[in-house]
Amino acid sequence: MSASIESLVNKEYAYGFVTDIESDTIPPGLSEATIRLISAKKEEPEWLLDWRLKAFRRWQTMTEPRWPNVTYDPIDYQAHTYYSAPKSVKPLQSLDEVDPELLKTYEKLGISLTEQKRLSGVAVDAIFDSVSVGTTMKSELAKAGVIFCSFGEAVREHPELVQKYLGSVVPYSDNFFAALNSAVFSDGSFVYVPKGVTCPLDLSTYFRINAANTGQFERTLIVADEGASVSYLEGCTAPKRDEHQLHAAVVEIVALDRATVKYSTVQNWYAGDSEGKGGIYNFVTKRGKALTGAKISWTQVETGSAITWKYPSVILQGDDSVGEFYSVAVVNGAQQADTGTKMIHIGRNTRSTIISKGISAGRGQNSYRGQVKVLPKAAGARNYTQCDSMLIGNRCGAHTFPYIEVANNSATLEHEASTSKIGEDQIFYCKARGLNAEHAISLIVAGFCKEVFKELPMEFALEAQQLLGISLEGSVG
Amino acid sequence: MLTITNLHASAGDKEILKGISLTINAGEVHAIMGPNGSGKSTLAQVIAGHPGYEVTAGTIEYLGQDLLELEAEERAQAGVFLAFQYPIEIPGVTNAYFLRAAYNEIRKAHGQPELDPIEFLDVMEEKLKVVEMDASMMQRSVNAGFSGGEKKRNEILQMAVLAPKLAVLDETDSGLDIDALRIVAEGVNKLKRPDNATIVVTHYQRLLNYIVPDHVHVLAGGRIIKSGGKELALELEAKGYDWLLEPVGA
Ligand SMILES: Nc1ncnc2c1ncn2[C@@H]1O[C@H](COP(=O)(O)OP(=O)(O)O)[C@@H](O)[C@H]1O
Ligand SMILES: [Mg+2]
Repeated sequence: MSASIESLVNKEYAYGFVTDIESDTIPPGLSEATIRLISAKKEEPEWLLDWRLKAFRRWQTMTEPRWPNVTYDPIDYQAHTYYSAPKSVKPLQSLDEVDPELLKTYEKLGISLTEQKRLSGVAVDAIFDSVSVGTTMKSELAKAGVIFCSFGEAVREHPELVQKYLGSVVPYSDNFFAALNSAVFSDGSFVYVPKGVTCPLDLSTYFRINAANTGQFERTLIVADEGASVSYLEGCTAPKRDEHQLHAAVVEIVALDRATVKYSTVQNWYAGDSEGKGGIYNFVTKRGKALTGAKISWTQVETGSAITWKYPSVILQGDDSVGEFYSVAVVNGAQQADTGTKMIHIGRNTRSTIISKGISAGRGQNSYRGQVKVLPKAAGARNYTQCDSMLIGNRCGAHTFPYIEVANNSATLEHEASTSKIGEDQIFYCKARGLNAEHAISLIVAGFCKEVFKELPMEFALEAQQLLGISLEGSVG
Repeated sequence: MLTITNLHASAGDKEILKGISLTINAGEVHAIMGPNGSGKSTLAQVIAGHPGYEVTAGTIEYLGQDLLELEAEERAQAGVFLAFQYPIEIPGVTNAYFLRAAYNEIRKAHGQPELDPIEFLDVMEEKLKVVEMDASMMQRSVNAGFSGGEKKRNEILQMAVLAPKLAVLDETDSGLDIDALRIVAEGVNKLKRPDNATIVVTHYQRLLNYIVPDHVHVLAGGRIIKSGGKELALELEAKGYDWLLEPVGA
């Protein structure tokens, strides 16, 4: 009976095309000279070069983490290229100057950067390989005093803000991949929302890896000043290539007193083929620091990548701060995901919520890894964790690794976990009502993920639901 | 409408149905009775197209088509409906969403336009009355956390909405208290039309006081061992099954 469940054919990855564009790509390899070259290409100030070099020296002393529940061939860091930029990208005065090839690329991805056609109510920063190719809606944002630009531009235009907050949440020494990113990061997005301002638009970054054998190391820094609030969306795709590609990003969020930051990701990097050939290695460090009464909320839908290693976390520094993590992680074919969160309760009456939904199909392996840490001063801290796994077929796996450390006995922690299997019976029930198997699966899975989907902004929620349908298409016969 | 001829079906190595023949005409109600484990649910599931059962011999003809050629969803789209003995739960999917999805699949199959959620509300409202169900049930997840009786009533609601030509009710009466039984039975009776037919699977005669069958069949050991009119059900109630079973073993 389960033979039909097992008949797996992946739907074609729709974003697997390559853009033919002339690039300025540096030779493969990683040394101090590489870092100096990247910094020089970006005409960076001395302090930033110094910071990169410190990170690089630190990285050289570190080893790749072995604890994630994933297996992959050793990564040859000298074989990668650490900088590639479309030749046509110079500091732009307006989006009209963006290379038409690039505009077409984003059109194909469903992201319109041209002024007439862009998503209404959303400002987009598009990152192509190592650099930002354009940010939309800048003037509308400027009226509200919101800064939304590429990281490179922020370094040039707002160095004091960057210098103050860069590395303040994820220090370069944090972990192997964060150190690597700090040394070689090429671009990313920067957001600053001033005191008391509610950002009038959703902000969105769209990451695209194009060049072969090139790692993408972007860095995002979001600062919400006191009482400010902002919703930020991140999307990612990459061409289909037979080699694995490395993506090691860092996202830092600073939410000052009473600020609110909502960060949503739909990650759809190329996952490799069903045999595990190609696909993105996604090693990402995402962390936010919430001061008094501030709230940071991570929502992620992870459907792509050959390997996902990612733990969006919140340091609940201030009293009454709130951290949330809503996650859907899907693995199909030969994908492996080790993802979860860390909630570090430092302030009093801090609250965190973790809702994790893992879906495994094919030979996919899905691990939830979550840490809830309550420090001695965090009186009245509360955490609720719900961790559900769904299995489709008999060859996949779901694993849960919760770590709980509580050093204050007035804290309240609740943990619920479940594992379910989409059974032939559930599918048959839907079929007996006229739904085909594919429709049945997407319905059952959407129901399973409901608590997470409702956290996503409207447009993203629809995209995520479709994406999930596509990722699992063919997972049941 | 439905002609089953010499149907044999097995699960794994086990043969469960051992040569069933049955003819059902439009407008008729047939009751299938028999002891536990005799193969009643298997017959119902085979008609609906459950992939866990293999038909090893025989045919099922439905409205001139070879039913066994069709996928389960195609059978549903062609008007076959099974009210499950054990309805399945789908957490997180509202009853309203599920029913509309099913309704629209069936409309699509007939080349009719789909209904949006607002248009569907009108359809729902009317059908909820048939089974005396509260509208709040529509916002709950499909069968999740439903009581046994609510699940059965929900099956009949689905039947009311999907308006099948051939409905197979598998032990819809079990787990119902007397009021619920009456509501369900009245619902079934209200939905009866000259061009549809119903198979009522039960091992109690109780339900047949409300849904009066034209024919009663006794299934035992994977075979129909006796057929008759509605009085056969009463006879079974009085005498049990044993008097019928003995000659089979002999
Ligand atoms: N999927 C299955 N696999 C193995 N045996 C089954 C399966 N389904 C039913 N059976 C067996 O077939 C017989 C008839 O079952 P069923 O059709 O459910 O009977 P009834 O509905 O008349 O009580 C029982 O002995 C049951 O255990
Ligand atoms: Mg039964």
